[in-house]
Amino acid sequence: MIDTLALAITLPLLGALAAVARPRAARAIGLITALVTTAGVAALVIEVAQFGLRRTDLGGWGAPLGIALQADGLAAALLAMTNLVALAVSLYASDYFGDGPIRRHFWPLWLLLWAALNGLFLAADLFNIYVALELVGLAAVALAALTGTREALTASLRYLLASLLGAITYLLGVALLYAAHGTLDLGQLANAIAEGPVAWTALVLMTGGLSIKAALWPMHFWLPPAHGNAPAPVSAALSALVVKAAFYLVLRLWFGLYDTAATLAAAHFLGFLGAGAVLWGSWQALRAERLKRMAAYSTVAQMGYLFLFFPLLAAAEPGAAREDLLAALVLFALSHGFAKAALFLAAGHIQQCAGHDRIAELSGTAQRLPATTFVIALASVTLIGLPPSGAFTAKWLLLSGAIAAGQWWGVLVVLAGTLLAAAYSFRLLGRAFGFEPTPYRCITAVHTEVPALALALTATLGLGLAGDALWTLLQVGGPR
Amino acid sequence: MTLTAWLPALIVLSSAIPGLVIFFLKEEQVAARTLLNMAGATVKLLLVGLLILGIQDHQVFESRLALAPGLELVLHADALSVLLVALSSGLWFVTTIYAIGYLEGSPYRSRFFGFFSLCVSATVGIALAGNLITFVIFYEILTLTTYPLVAHRGTPQATRGARIYLAYTMIGGVLLLAGAVWLQVLAGPVDFIERGMLAALPVERFGQLQAIFFLLIAGLGVKAALVPLHGWLPQAMVAPAPVSALLHAVAVVKAGAFGIVRIVYDVYGVEFAQALGLLTILAVLASITIVYGSVLALLQDGIKKRLAYSTVSQVSYIALGTALFGPLGTIGGLVHLVHQGLMKITLFFGAGNYAETLGIHKVADLDGVGRRMPWTTLAFTIGALGMIGIPPVAGFISKWYLGIGALKAEMDWAILILAVSSLLNAAYFLPLLYRAWFRDPPAAWPKESIPRGALETRASLLVPPLITAALALALGLFAAAPFGVLEWCRLIAAREYGL
Repeated sequence: MIDTLALAITLPLLGALAAVARPRAARAIGLITALVTTAGVAALVIEVAQFGLRRTDLGGWGAPLGIALQADGLAAALLAMTNLVALAVSLYASDYFGDGPIRRHFWPLWLLLWAALNGLFLAADLFNIYVALELVGLAAVALAALTGTREALTASLRYLLASLLGAITYLLGVALLYAAHGTLDLGQLANAIAEGPVAWTALVLMTGGLSIKAALWPMHFWLPPAHGNAPAPVSAALSALVVKAAFYLVLRLWFGLYDTAATLAAAHFLGFLGAGAVLWGSWQALRAERLKRMAAYSTVAQMGYLFLFFPLLAAAEPGAAREDLLAALVLFALSHGFAKAALFLAAGHIQQCAGHDRIAELSGTAQRLPATTFVIALASVTLIGLPPSGAFTAKWLLLSGAIAAGQWWGVLVVLAGTLLAAAYSFRLLGRAFGFEPTPYRCITAVHTEVPALALALTATLGLGLAGDALWTLLQVGGPR
Repeated sequence: MTLTAWLPALIVLSSAIPGLVIFFLKEEQVAARTLLNMAGATVKLLLVGLLILGIQDHQVFESRLALAPGLELVLHADALSVLLVALSSGLWFVTTIYAIGYLEGSPYRSRFFGFFSLCVSATVGIALAGNLITFVIFYEILTLTTYPLVAHRGTPQATRGARIYLAYTMIGGVLLLAGAVWLQVLAGPVDFIERGMLAALPVERFGQLQAIFFLLIAGLGVKAALVPLHGWLPQAMVAPAPVSALLHAVAVVKAGAFGIVRIVYDVYGVEFAQALGLLTILAVLASITIVYGSVLALLQDGIKKRLAYSTVSQVSYIALGTALFGPLGTIGGLVHLVHQGLMKITLFFGAGNYAETLGIHKVADLDGVGRRMPWTTLAFTIGALGMIGIPPVAGFISKWYLGIGALKAEMDWAILILAVSSLLNAAYFLPLLYRAWFRDPPAAWPKESIPRGALETRASLLVPPLITAALALALGLFAAAPFGVLEWCRLIAAREYGL
């Protein structure tokens, strides 16, 4: 049998190498790799859903010596989202960059990022996670700098420094654990870790490093300029996937590796930071003058919602209620991934057609770019958390958990965040029907609209109506 | 898979699918669009007919879809839902005909009719919702699908009106969501069950239940335009006439009023709501709205604005009837849900015809219009007389039951409210009728855009108001007929009180 776990990483990596070797054919190589990788990962996800946990030891070396890859339900869920979004981004990018000069740099870097992301989700030990994390960070920084404008370069440099700082801090925590327990394998460590100062310091260091990369408020400073100035397909990948990858690791650490050791006070602290992110990020999104900047701040806010789940999860007894919360958290993350990618892709269309993305001057998009406007509207439904999106189901469960736990501040933050999200979304949509003339330079071809539309529909209809399947998938080797 | 498990879903989809297809039609594909619209409307009517027959046969129609463990999308047809389903499907049919005529030649019709169909699907979803989360889902979808209709014309006033509409409804939606989730945490999944399900909860939770009631009513009150949450409604008047008709008679305000009925009867249970002291407060709120809306209607010189404030007032009759404890008050409220819909849509069709044919927007310009447009004015007159409550138009039946209901509920003051309101109704409607029938027409109309042919205006604009006016008259004349609306409301009331 072919090892789909290894394929998920090697396929995009091979594609990246081929794109370096044959820069003229980079676009074709990129598209083929995208299709093949997505198919491979689809097979993997189906395997996980049907047969349960998948694990492989590369070269036959077992832990603690060898490199192990492992896919449980959580990893499969994020892999599925990541690869679908990446496929849509690839299709979009092949039109967006066309045969311009940037394409030569884009495809190798993009496929490298893809391989690193898949590797990160599948890694079964803390050091491999570090390697994948660094690769994700470096590829992402390089992609963010692609346009080469002054703003983009400044933003990317800042992004690079934040990313390195995060990775080093994480590595310090890993080193502490290795010194104490002599293993890096997640499964072995989970059994070995005992409460105590070492375990604690390691958790704080790793969480701290990862929350910089996940742009948790107030460590989000690097995100808005980096995501706002990157080319549209890159922004989509950064906002939908890269920050999600760091968050995925926090989730693994807190509710897989440590589980019982994580205390309520620390979880509350993360929850408060999440609340700050929701309010601050939404407020800044409301004040943003440019569409992509607005979308970037919206990412800060949406990441905050994910951390709002932490105090509830830490307080919940293991059982159905906790699994519901965890599944809701994942559902929220997936919905946001699809919706935010769709929003950035649509924003790229608008920027190409109008020549700018200043919200105050974007009038009449509903008349001139109906499909793009529809995509933005659908994505906004998810970002606001309205039905029939997956985010609505997740938000309902989040509110439900917060009320049941008596965390009224959490309820207020969620409701306020919802209203703020509606306000910033409709700053743009409210202008869409206007008739003040905005010069648009192009009429987009139908097929260029399809990737963004598919993503937006997945977030707003697919995950909303079929979210129940996620619960079954997450049962597979889920956090104990 | 049997029909009973699919019919409610099919009724929702019968307008949603044509709506989605219409989005992809080109502007000039008028025939295809018209065909899709009318086919959807006809299929929906037939399916609703099937549903009513089945329910009389004691069949249970229910469609379910799990969203997450413990959260289910449930469409369930009971006697109460049939009331709103039948009303909205029927009026959608006539409004579609009207809208096709009204928007002839105007731009962006595919977008318009797409959202128009989705809006009706959402309303039908609200009617068929079998539990609270399903109701919330369709309630929010309704907000989203009506927004583009209000903003449709794209003028600064239209975008402003739409923005105000959205701000109100979003805040209402958030309150409703908070109340719904809170209730579900307290009581588990909240299904809509006749006579409610909350009375079984322990006494120490009653305080929370009262708080939740106000959250829910505040959320629903925005769409039902309860004072002081009514501010969006007059602003939303900038929408094209068919949209106003739909908003006022069928979709938005009805969704709010219907929600209040559901919460009082099928979540709390009317007896339990009375025991918690919630009904009196609701009755007071409704009464204030009734009088306030009528007074403001009197002050408006635009026809549509006057009708808008009249809606604010009239929809609260439904809330008032709900709050009058006793089967008779209930019947009055429920029957008004249908009657107000028919009469108000007639009035909006009439106002739309005046505006579209002769450019008449102000009350003062109505002089002598009855001679130029006798049929429209006849329909308009029937609607207006019904609103005042003059027999034999249907509005009289509503007011009659509400009045007796108030006496039975020992809320005699509500009779006074009804009397004052009727006087005010007369004061703001009769001058219109007087001007239209008895004043001399001016030398030239403000902007005559449809010349007088064999008919006074386009047939597609004339037939719908005549149909709805005739129905409003028939429901009053033959109120006592078996299988009529009144009979149906009696049945619902009997079940809600366990009689």
